[in-house]
Amino acid sequence: MMDLARRAPFTILWLQSGGCGGCTMSLLCAEAPDLMTTLETAGIHMLWHPSLSEETGAEAVALLERVAAGEIRLDALCVEGALLRGPNNTGRFHVLAGTGRPTIDWVRDLAGVAEHVVAIGTCAAYGGVTAAGSNPTDACGLQYDGRRAGGALGAGFRSRAGLPVINVAGCPTHPNWITETLMLLAAGLMGAGDLDSYGRPRFYADHLVHHGCPRNEYYEYKASAEKLSDLGCMMEHLGCLGTQAHADCNTRPWNGEGSCTRGGYACINCTAPEFEEPGHPYLQTPKIAGIPVGLPTDMPKAWFIALSSLAKAATPERLRRNAVSDHVVMPPTVRDIKRR
Amino acid sequence: MNTPSGAEGARRLIVGPFNRVEGDLEVRLEVADGAVRAAFVNSPLFRGFERILEGRDPADALVIAPRICGICSVSQSQAAALALAGLQGIGPTQNGRIATNLLVATENVADHLTHFHLFFMPDFARAAYAGRPWFAEAEARFKAGKGTSARRLMAARATLMHILGLLAGRWPHTLAIQPGGVTRRAEPRDQMRLLATLGAVRAALEAHLYGAPLERVAELAAREELEAWRATGPAGDFRLFLEIAADLGLERIGRAYDRFLSFGAYPGDDGPLYPAGTYAERRPGRLDPAAIAEDHTFARMEDRAVPHHPFAGSTIPDGLDETGYTWCKAPRLAGLPFETGALARQVIDGQPLLRAMVGAGGGSVFARVVARLVETARTLIAMEGWVRALEPNAPWCTPGTHPQAGRAVGLTEAARGALGHWVEIAGGRISRYQIIAPTTWNFSPRDAAGVPGPLEAALVGAAVLPGETTPLSVQHIVRSFDPCMVCTVH
Repeated sequence: MMDLARRAPFTILWLQSGGCGGCTMSLLCAEAPDLMTTLETAGIHMLWHPSLSEETGAEAVALLERVAAGEIRLDALCVEGALLRGPNNTGRFHVLAGTGRPTIDWVRDLAGVAEHVVAIGTCAAYGGVTAAGSNPTDACGLQYDGRRAGGALGAGFRSRAGLPVINVAGCPTHPNWITETLMLLAAGLMGAGDLDSYGRPRFYADHLVHHGCPRNEYYEYKASAEKLSDLGCMMEHLGCLGTQAHADCNTRPWNGEGSCTRGGYACINCTAPEFEEPGHPYLQTPKIAGIPVGLPTDMPKAWFIALSSLAKAATPERLRRNAVSDHVVMPPTVRDIKRR
Repeated sequence: MNTPSGAEGARRLIVGPFNRVEGDLEVRLEVADGAVRAAFVNSPLFRGFERILEGRDPADALVIAPRICGICSVSQSQAAALALAGLQGIGPTQNGRIATNLLVATENVADHLTHFHLFFMPDFARAAYAGRPWFAEAEARFKAGKGTSARRLMAARATLMHILGLLAGRWPHTLAIQPGGVTRRAEPRDQMRLLATLGAVRAALEAHLYGAPLERVAELAAREELEAWRATGPAGDFRLFLEIAADLGLERIGRAYDRFLSFGAYPGDDGPLYPAGTYAERRPGRLDPAAIAEDHTFARMEDRAVPHHPFAGSTIPDGLDETGYTWCKAPRLAGLPFETGALARQVIDGQPLLRAMVGAGGGSVFARVVARLVETARTLIAMEGWVRALEPNAPWCTPGTHPQAGRAVGLTEAARGALGHWVEIAGGRISRYQIIAPTTWNFSPRDAAGVPGPLEAALVGAAVLPGETTPLSVQHIVRSFDPCMVCTVH
C-alpha cells in the first residue's frame, strides 16, 4: 500500500563515476511535468547532485561526510557511471576530487548507510561501455560485472531496506525510468518482486523495444531494410535487437516522439549487461545459413524459420518496395469501406 | 581541504569536487597575498575510450565515441562520422549535412543554455553575495534547483530536444549521424514540426532570457551597445547578468592567453557558419591541424619524451607516475596552448562585439559568457534557415565501405570548442583512435616547458578572500569555460 503518512522528504544523494553523465543529461529532459516539479510533487529531495546543487568543494565534501557518518538520513544513493577498480585494485582511475579517496570507496561506504541503492544507467548497473574492449580501468557495475553478479558491492549486498541494487539500466536512461523508480521507492511501492532477473525495474523491463515499433508491419512480412535510412525492418540485415531488448522505448517515446528505431537505426539492446560487446559490428546482423543468430524473445527457432519463409512469400508489393526506400513510395490502398 | 603553508609563504588550497561542470574536477591553488599565485588543474577520472575503441570494426566508433560524453554526445558522433567519411572517401548528402548541422546545433544551443542557467548563474545566488544590489533578483531567478529562470529554461530545453527526438530518435547517444548523411528522412510535416519547436524556444528566450528579438542580440556590434543594454535595455536574465558582471568586474578576471582556436562549425555550401582558424596577437590566422601535438610531461601517461601528433599519439595510463598531476594530456598548436569555445568561434568569425571585447579586455569571464549568449541567438536563427533548406525528396544517406587500411581526421566544434578524432585502421579494424576534446585544450596541464594550460593561466591573480576555502572568483573563472570533464580525458 502507498505510504501516504510519510512526512520527511525522501532524500537522494547522487554520485557520478566512470560514465559520461548522459543519464543526468537525459533526466533533465523530463517533461510534463519537468524534473523539479516531478521530484517536489513526490516529496523527493536531492541532498546533492553534481550538476544541480549549489555546494562545491569543501561544502560538498562536508555533506558527503555527514551522510556517510549517518548524521543525515539517506533514502537512496544514486550512482551514475561504472565503478573503477583499477589500476591494480586501487580505484585510483577515479579519485573523488577534493577528497583524495577513490570514488569506489566512497560508494561502498555510502551504500552501507543507504535505504536503497540505485544504479543509474547501464555503466552503474553492469559496467557498460566503460567496461568495453580491454576494459582499461577494470570497470564494473555496483552489483554486476557484466552478466555476472558481483561488482563493486558484491552479489550478497542488500541495502538497509533489504533490496539488492536497483538497476535502472539504459544507455542512456529514459528520464521517466528514473523518476518513476524514485517515486515508487519514495511511495514504498517497489519490492524485490518488482525487479527482473538483472535487477531492472519490471515496469519498463517487462516490455520489448519491438512493442510499438513503427516498423512492425515490415517485421511481420520480413520486408527488410538493406541500408541505413531504409524504412524496412532492421532485424535481418542491420543488427536490430528490438525483439530481444527489454525496454519500453517504442511505447514511451523519447524527446517528444523519438526512439532509436524511429530515428532510423537499430536497437542495440542498451539496457542489457554486456551490450557493449555484441561480438559483431553493431549494425550488422550475424547469421548462420542466412538465419539471424539472435531470434525474437520466446520464439522457437523452427517456428521462426517456418514463419519467416511463409511471410517472405506473402510480402505485399507495397512493403517490399517501401522497405528499401527512405520514404513511402507505395501507400496503403484506400479501400471503399462499404465493399469488403 | 586547506593545507598548511608551502614554500615562500604560499598557502595551498585543494578545491573539489568542483560541481556544476560536466564530470569531476579538482583544482589545486597556491595562494599568497589574497590571490592565486599558481593553479594546477586535475582531471581526476580516466576511462580509456581511445583504448576501448582499438580492435573494433570502424563503424562501431559511432556507437562507442558518443558515449564519451552525455552532454557533447552529438558532437562526438559527428567527429567520428567525419573521420569515417574521410576513410570511406565519401561525404554526407546535402540533406545529411544540413540535418547534421541541425542536430549538432540543437545540442550546442541546449548546452549553452544549460551552462548559463544551471551551471554558471547559480553562483551569484550564493549567500556570500547577499549584500549586492542585484542579489534578490539573482536569487529568485537562479538559486540552484529553485530559481524561476532556471526552471523555465529546463522546460524550454526539453522542448528544444524534440528536434533530436524527431530527427535522431533521442538524446543523448544517437546513431542517426552516419558518414554518408542521416538515417532518418524529414518530411514536409516534420519541417513544420521543427519550425514549431524552434519557434517555441525562440519565444521563451525572447521573453525571459533576452527580453528582445534574437536578431537584436545577434547583431550586437560594440561594447557601448552592451553598456546601453545594461543601463536601459529590456528586462531579462541577460540584462541582470550584465549588471552583475559590471558590479563584480567579471571583465577583469579569468584572462588566459588571448590565443584562440576553432575547427569550424556547421559546414555549408560556402564554408562553415563559424569558420575554422586561429586568433592570436589580435590577428586572425589559418588553422594548421598538422601543427597539433600532445605533451604528456604532466599527464599520468607514458610516452613523455616528446610531444606527439595525434596520428602518432598513444594513451597508456601510468598510475604510478608522481610527476603527472592529471589524466589530461597537454595539447598544443605550434607548441602553444590555445583556448577554444564559443568566444573563440565568435572572435575567429569576426563577430564585432566579441572582437571589440577581446581587444579591450581580453578573453575574460565576461567575454566568454557574452559570447555564448550571442552565439545562441545567431545559431538559433541559422537553424530556422536550415529547416527550410531541407529537401525531403532529395537523398538523405549515401552508403559507403571502409577500406582495409587508412587514416583520417574528423574535426568539428562542440559547444565548448574544438573537437577532433584522429582515426587509423589496419586490417579492417581500428588500430589507433586519438581524441582531443575542447576541455583538453582549455584545462590542459603544464607542458615540458612548464607553460600552464589556459585555465591554469586564467586563474593566476584570482582573488581569494579571507576564510574562503572554495574561492568564488575561482568558481566563476572555472565555470566560465563551461568545462566538460568527461570529454577532457575520455
